[in-house]
Amino acid sequence: MMDLRSDLARARGLGSAKEGTGHWWAQRVTAVALLPLGLWFVYSAVSWGSMDLAAFKVWLSEPGNLLLMVLFVGTLFYHMQLGVQAVIEDYVHGEAAKITGLMINIFAAIFFGAASIIALFKVAFGG
Amino acid sequence: MVEFNLPKNSKVKKGKTYKAKDGAKNTRRFQVYRYDEDTGENPRVDTYEVDMDSCGPMVLDALIKIKDEIDPTLTFRRSCREGVCGSCAMNVDGTNELACIKDLNEIKGDVKVYPLPHMPVLKDLVPDLTHAYAQYASVQPWVQADTPAPGKERLQSPEERAKLDGLWECVLCFCCTTSCPSYWGNSDRYLGPATLLQSFRWIADSRDENTGERLDNLEDPFRLYRCHTIMNCTNTCPKSLNPGKAIGETKKLLAQRR
Repeated sequence: MMDLRSDLARARGLGSAKEGTGHWWAQRVTAVALLPLGLWFVYSAVSWGSMDLAAFKVWLSEPGNLLLMVLFVGTLFYHMQLGVQAVIEDYVHGEAAKITGLMINIFAAIFFGAASIIALFKVAFGG
Repeated sequence: MVEFNLPKNSKVKKGKTYKAKDGAKNTRRFQVYRYDEDTGENPRVDTYEVDMDSCGPMVLDALIKIKDEIDPTLTFRRSCREGVCGSCAMNVDGTNELACIKDLNEIKGDVKVYPLPHMPVLKDLVPDLTHAYAQYASVQPWVQADTPAPGKERLQSPEERAKLDGLWECVLCFCCTTSCPSYWGNSDRYLGPATLLQSFRWIADSRDENTGERLDNLEDPFRLYRCHTIMNCTNTCPKSLNPGKAIGETKKLLAQRR
């Protein structure tokens, strides 16, 4: 289609979405949270090497450990969703492909995040 | 999707070589991007051997010498030849520079000269900056105030004026904007570092009364938040300004007013 809009009309486009600061802030908050959580996770993962499954179940059912594991997994998937969203917005240009990608990204983050948390509870308290 | 390869008609071919005149002792090779839409040919890189004993010290001096003495068809923009007009922005030795203040002694080996990256090329070293200029116009780069103008000038304290240092010096050469990978990918909507630095120049101006409206217009996933702090802008700025910091300050103000 021939585009006879003025240069200024093209530059202004559909106007400002008046959002994006929430995404930017959430990315920083989750990044800051993941620093101590990630260090704690690596430190803990090293200690799992000397545990069998029964000992691990005892470790994971400690409220403090389970809380931090749930927070780590939840924050990780939220942060991942925010990051992948930025990648899609950067690189996927077709409107249909972009919206599909953004949807799949949200669904996947919630699905796998929820599944991971359910798995944590099942290992901690399941038979 | 983003294009990672050049389209077929943009692939750069080997061009002609212009030998130095006999008797030239101190020669240097300049490899210069050439493109002319009217010929329908692909772009090519021509090689010019320049006699450095009769050439000025800057890249622009050499380009003018080539145009004067070797090949008058070579096309480029230039005006002030002292780094204040921003016309001769081009990619020299892999980095965006103002050719007039880029010292040839700082470049090792052959001098490679290309137009600003990822812009439509009109001819040779002349890019089409129409959209970038329109984006600059869209941020309304002038003082806006509802308070009626006082009899004299609108006053500003020395401290308030100092906040504009590092911003007012921008000459709008678009070296930074065209060095930004985010701009390469989303130039239709992302404003790019030059326009965002200029926009912050008016946000930071104590005489301006439309700070909120200015922030409203920037608060957008594409207009502003395509900036991922890659910092090519700050690395390349020929005036040693810091567009990355100006964008960061804008984001801080947006977070502050939530």
